[in-house]
Amino acid sequence: MKKLLAIASMAVIVLTFSACKSKVKDADIKTAVETALKADPMSMGTMVTSVNDGVVTISGECKDEMCKTHCGDMVSKVKGVKSVVNNCMIAPIPNPVVNASDEILNKGLADALKDHPSVKSSVVDGKIVLTGEIAKAKWMALKQMLDKLTSKGYELSGLKIK
Amino acid sequence: MTSIALQDKYRELTNAATVSGVANLQVREEEGVLYLDGEAPNGAIKDMLWSVYDKIDPNFLAGDLVMNVKVASTAPVTKAKVTTEKSNLNIRKGPGTDQPVVGKAAHHEVITVISQTSDQWWLVRTNDGEEGYAYAQYLTPEA
Repeated sequence: MKKLLAIASMAVIVLTFSACKSKVKDADIKTAVETALKADPMSMGTMVTSVNDGVVTISGECKDEMCKTHCGDMVSKVKGVKSVVNNCMIAPIPNPVVNASDEILNKGLADALKDHPSVKSSVVDGKIVLTGEIAKAKWMALKQMLDKLTSKGYELSGLKIK
Repeated sequence: MTSIALQDKYRELTNAATVSGVANLQVREEEGVLYLDGEAPNGAIKDMLWSVYDKIDPNFLAGDLVMNVKVASTAPVTKAKVTTEKSNLNIRKGPGTDQPVVGKAAHHEVITVISQTSDQWWLVRTNDGEEGYAYAQYLTPEA
């Protein structure tokens, strides 16, 4: 019986020792998982939230159920990963962007640019074209207003930021 | 009609919006322009997103991102401070700079917001009782 106990305790020691030896650090797992996610085009919206004793939690957005499953499977194959908590959300089908008419854009531009006489504007095919010069802080405030107009983007090669 | 390149360019921004709790977040791409819409929990998070945007596209000059992130308000806005640079704020008869000026609110005056008519124009009442539309950029909601 004593001998058996000794063998058993030896086995425990050996197991513990080997378990320690093969254990991959959580930080290394995180890096490996992040590298794997980055390299995979389908997993671009996925992030690692935490790694605890090899249990990896991922979150973010996937375009559909298949993509979510794929991300989870991929992470589970990374060395050292014991299990995966997949908190990824399925992205809702987006509403189409409703762009403003040129008329609304022109009116919005006239209102927004009233206090910025150094900036000239026009609208070409739904795009806002700005020229002239403006201070950085004012430009940021102006762009925040102009972005509410939902144009088809901007042509700003003629705009100089001071 | 999506390109990985454009979405990838602004990935840090869309991720920042996700983790900072922007509600009703929508990231859409159409004809080479990325549209990011949502409601930030507070003004600091909106500012943070604009600084991430500035880091990715210095001075916001690429013209390929339209970011309309509003600050979510739990209660309706009833008071706002006039945050012009230093001048008075024009109060107009209708929502447009082509409309006649019917009153003025002083710089840093706190006025009543009757309704947030549009993203650009709010219907307001000054402390002198003048009612009309003011440009929203120069109004900062009071808590």
